[in-house]
Amino acid sequence: MTSDVATRAVGPAESTGRTAGTPSPWRSALRWEVGLVVVLAAVLLFGSVKSPHFTEASTLFYLGINTGYVAIMALPVTFVIMTGEIDLSVASMLGLSASTVGYLWHHGWNVWAAFAVALLVGAAGGALNGVLVAHFGLPSIAVTIGTLTLFRGLAEVLLGSLTIPTIGDRQFPSGLTDIGANSLPGSQLSWSMLIFLVLAVIFGVVLHFTALGRSMVAIGLQPEAAQFAGIRVRRIKFGLFVLSGVLSAFAGILDMLQQASVTYDIGTGLELNVVAIVLFGGVSIFGGRGTIVGVVLSVAIVGSLQMALTQINVSADKQNIVTGVLLLISVIVPNGGEALRRVRNRVRRRPLPRAG
Amino acid sequence: MTAVTGRAGGGRVVVALLRAREVGLLVLIALVVLVTTVKNSHFIEANSVQQMLSGAALFALLGVGETLVIITRNVDLSVGSVLGLAAYVVGYLFKYHHIPVWSGFLIGTLIGAAAGLVNGLVVTVLRVPSLVVTLGMLYVIRGIDGVIVNGDQIDPASIPNSFTAVGYRTFLGVPWLAIIVAVVVAVAGYAMRSFRSSRDLYAIGSNPDAAALAGIPIGRRVFSAFLISGTLAGLAGSLFLALHTQINNNGGVGYELIVVTAVVVGGVAIFGGSGSVVGAALGALLLNVINQALVAARISAFWNQAIAGALLLTAIAFDRWLSLRVTRSLQSAEGAHHDL
Amino acid sequence: MTGSRTARRAGAAALSALLTGGILAACSSTSNKSSNTSANNPPAGTTAASSGAPASGSGGAIKKGLKVYFIPKDTQNPYEVLADKGGEKALQELGGSVTVSSGTQDTAAAQLPSIQAAIQAHADAIVIAANDPSALCPSLNKAAQQGIKIVAFDSDIQCGSSPNHLFINQADTKQIGTSEVDLLAKQINSEGDVAILSAAASATNQNAWIKYMKEQLKQYPKMKLVSTVYGNDDPATSLTVLQGLLSAYPNLKGIISPTTVGISTAAQYLDTHKDVAKRVTLTGLGLPSQMRKYVKDGTVQSFELWNPKDLGYLAGHAAASLASGTPLQDGATFQSGSLNKTYTMAQGDGELSVVLGPPTVFDKSNIDQFNF
Repeated sequence: MTSDVATRAVGPAESTGRTAGTPSPWRSALRWEVGLVVVLAAVLLFGSVKSPHFTEASTLFYLGINTGYVAIMALPVTFVIMTGEIDLSVASMLGLSASTVGYLWHHGWNVWAAFAVALLVGAAGGALNGVLVAHFGLPSIAVTIGTLTLFRGLAEVLLGSLTIPTIGDRQFPSGLTDIGANSLPGSQLSWSMLIFLVLAVIFGVVLHFTALGRSMVAIGLQPEAAQFAGIRVRRIKFGLFVLSGVLSAFAGILDMLQQASVTYDIGTGLELNVVAIVLFGGVSIFGGRGTIVGVVLSVAIVGSLQMALTQINVSADKQNIVTGVLLLISVIVPNGGEALRRVRNRVRRRPLPRAG
Repeated sequence: MTAVTGRAGGGRVVVALLRAREVGLLVLIALVVLVTTVKNSHFIEANSVQQMLSGAALFALLGVGETLVIITRNVDLSVGSVLGLAAYVVGYLFKYHHIPVWSGFLIGTLIGAAAGLVNGLVVTVLRVPSLVVTLGMLYVIRGIDGVIVNGDQIDPASIPNSFTAVGYRTFLGVPWLAIIVAVVVAVAGYAMRSFRSSRDLYAIGSNPDAAALAGIPIGRRVFSAFLISGTLAGLAGSLFLALHTQINNNGGVGYELIVVTAVVVGGVAIFGGSGSVVGAALGALLLNVINQALVAARISAFWNQAIAGALLLTAIAFDRWLSLRVTRSLQSAEGAHHDL
Repeated sequence: MTGSRTARRAGAAALSALLTGGILAACSSTSNKSSNTSANNPPAGTTAASSGAPASGSGGAIKKGLKVYFIPKDTQNPYEVLADKGGEKALQELGGSVTVSSGTQDTAAAQLPSIQAAIQAHADAIVIAANDPSALCPSLNKAAQQGIKIVAFDSDIQCGSSPNHLFINQADTKQIGTSEVDLLAKQINSEGDVAILSAAASATNQNAWIKYMKEQLKQYPKMKLVSTVYGNDDPATSLTVLQGLLSAYPNLKGIISPTTVGISTAAQYLDTHKDVAKRVTLTGLGLPSQMRKYVKDGTVQSFELWNPKDLGYLAGHAAASLASGTPLQDGATFQSGSLNKTYTMAQGDGELSVVLGPPTVFDKSNIDQFNF
C-alpha cells in the first residue's frame, strides 16, 4: 500500500526519510522491540499486581485459546504489509473456511477431507487476492475490502442461519475439539499457541535469514529498485497472498475446533485486531520495516492485557479504548518526535520558493 | 489515475470518461431497477423508491467526506464511530436536557467536526498514516461511545417530532433526507470542480511530490479534508437519529467499510487523485438499491454481502482498466506523460 | 546523532510504557460493574421473609457471599442491561455479589474471556445469555467441572447433556411462538399473508421462536407465512429488508417482529407511512418504553414481552440457589424473592428449565404502567 499523502509529501530539501541520516531499518526496529519488551513487562507487572488470578497457570492457556488463532493470521499479514500491501480479508477467509468445513460436515463428509477442501478454499481466495493485486496491480486495500465482503458473503450463503453441528449432525470428533478444552499435555500452552510459536520461528527465520526475506524487505522499501534488481516482485506478492489465505483458512479450522461449533459469522471483525497487532508490533504500514519478534511481543502484550483487564472486570468498551490508544501510540511515537522537529524547523525557515 | 484538467484532446477524453462513470452508475442503477421491476412491478412504487433514496442518504453523505479524504490518498475509517457518538449525544441531550430541535443538528455536526479536527491534526502535524490513525480512532471513539452510553437507549418518544420529521417527510414525493444529502452533494460537487483548493486535493493525491513542488499547502488541504469528513459524519449522526428515532451504542457500527465500498464503486480511486462526490453518492445509491432489490425480487437475502463484494472487485478492476486506457490515450495524445 | 537517537527511542519506549500504565491505572480505578456487597451486610429488607426460609426440595438456606458472574450477550444491549440489574438486585438481597462481564460484539468469541475470568475467580455460578448455542460449550464444561453452577437465560445453550445447566426461560419458548401468532391472528381476522422480520440469521432465540411460530401457523389455514427476513438488529438493514418485503408481497397483512429493534423500526416505518399502516398489522416482541409512542397513536395495537429485570432477578435467585446446594434435577425448587413464587425445575426437551411466566401483552390499556 503506498503511503498516505500527508506523511510523505515533504519539501524539496528533505528526503522521504529513507536515505541519508536515517538509521537502518533494523536498528530502529530493534529499538521498537526493546520498547515492546518494556511494555510487556509493564503489562505483566500490572496484571500480577492488580489481578489475583493473573499469575495462575490457566491464564497462559486461556491466552493461547483466545489469541493463538488470531496470532497465526498475523504472521502472513506481517509479510504482506512488509511488501507494502495489506490484507484485510483474513478474518472473512477464516469464516469462509470454517463455514466450508461446517457445510461439508453437515453433508456427511469426512472431517479431514473437509479440512483439505477448506485449505484449498483458502488458497483459492488468497490466489484471487494475489492475482488482483500482484498481476493486475490493483490497490490491495480496496481489493481486500472487496474480498472481505465477498468471502463473508459466501460463508453466509453456505450456512445461512445454521449453527453446525445442528440437529441431526454428528458432533465434531472429540479428539480434535479437545484442543479447545485442554492444553498440550505437560504444559499450559494451548495447541493453537504452540502452532503459532512454531510458525513464528519459521517466519522469523525466513524473514531474517533467507533471500526471500530480504527480497520482501527490499520490495517494501524500494519497489522499483527491487524490480530492477531482479526480484520477482509479482510472484512473491502473489505467493504471500496465497499464504495468507491458507493460514487464515487454517486459523478458521482451529477456531472452529476450539469452539466445537461454527456459524457463518465466526471471526467477524478480527481483521482489525490482526492489523492492530501487526502495527503495534512495529511493522511499518509503509512496508520494509518490522520483525517477527516484534509481532510475537505484540501478541503477548495484547493477549495478556486482555486477560488482565477482563479479570479485573474492565469493561469491553474501555478495552476498545485501550486498543485504539495503543494503536495510535504505535505510530505517533515513532513519527511524532521527528514530525514535531520538522514543524519547528519549518517555522524557523524561510518559505519555500514557488515552482514556476 | 489522474484528473488532468488540461486543454488538448487528452483532457477532454479524461473529462468525458469521468462523466461516463457517473452516467455508467446511473445506467447500472436503472438496470437493476428495471430487472427487479420486471420480476415485481411493486418495486417502483412510491414507498419503495423513497426507501431506496433515504436508505442510501446517510451513506452518500458519509461518502462525500470520504471522497475528499480518499482523493488525497488518505482514508477515514472512523466515520461510523463518529456517527454513532454524535447520534447518541444528540439523543441524550434531547431526552435528558430537552434541547431545541435546531441545536440537535448543530451539536451533532460539531461533534463530528471535533473528531475530524483530531484526525486531521494527527495526520498532518504528527505525520501519521491515516489508515492507522483513523483505525485507532475507530476503536477509541467506539469505546468512548460505549462508556458514555452505558447501556442506555434513547426511545422514540424522547425525540421531538419536528426533529424526526426530517427523517421521513417528503417534498413532492422526494424524502427530505434525500434532498438534504443531494444538496450537500451538489454543493460539494460544484466546489470540487470550481475551486482551486479542491483541484489541489486531486493534485495531492495524484502526485504528492509534484504537488509539494508546485507550492500546494498539502497539510492544510489534507487537514480540511479530514475536518469535512468528520463534520459530515457528525451531521449524518443527527440525521441517523432523525431517521431511526432510536439510538443505543450500536449506531453506525460497520458503516466505514460500507462507505469505502460505496465510494470505490462510485469511481473514487483508492490511490487518490480522481473521483467525484456525485459518483460516490451514486455508488451508495447503487448498493442500497441492490440490497432492496434482492429482497423485493424474493432472492435470498443471504446473497447481499457476496454480491456487494463482487461488485466492489469489479469496480476496482474496471477502474484500473479505465485508467490504463486513459494513460495510453494521454501518452499517445501528448507524448511523454509519466503518471502513477 | 546515533546516541541521541538511542536516548530518544528509549525515551519513546518508556513513554509508551508510562502511557500504557497510566491508561491501565485509570481504567482499573473506574469501571467495575460488580455490585460488591460484603457478606456482613444484612440483605435488603423486602425479601427477608422469603430468602431466609428453607425451600422444600432445595439444599437449604442460601449461602452468604456468593459470587455470581453475569455474562450477557454484550454489555450494552439495553434488554440485557436491565436483566443484569435484576440479577444484581437478587444477589444483593441474598448477601452475594454480581460481576457483569462480556464483550461489545454479539459473538461467542467475545464472551469467552468472561467465562475464563469467572473460572479463574472461582465464581460460584455463571449466568449466561449465550451468543451461540454450542460454541461456548467447551469452556462452560470446564467451568462446570470446577463446580461452577451454570444458569442460562434469554438465549439457551445446547451442549448435549453436559454441562448440566438450568435454563431460565423468559417465557415458554413454544408459548412465545404460539402467542405471537395468536396475537397477530386476532388482529387480522386469522386470514392473510404474514411475514417475519427477525434479527440476525444466526440468532438463537429468534430461530427457536420462529420454529414454533411456523407450527402454530398450521392452526390457521387461512394465514400464510410468505417470508422471513433478517434485519440483523440494525435499524438501517431492518428498513431495507422491510421495504423489500412490502414490495415483494404487496398483499401482506401482518408482520411479526420478535426482536425489539425490528419491531420499533417497523413501527416507525408504519407511523410514517400511513397508507401501509392501514393494510399491514404489526406485532412482535418490544420494549414498552420504545413502543409507547406507537401504541398511543394507534400504529401498533398490541405486542408482548416480559420484564427483563424480572428475568435477571429470577436467574440470580436460581444461581444462588444452585450454588447453595439445590440439586439440578427435575422437581427441585427454589425461591424467587420478591417475585413471591416458588419455581420448580422441569425436565423437558432434553434440558432442565424454569419459565419466568407468561409473556405480558402490552396495549393502550396498560402500557403506561411499565417503564422498561
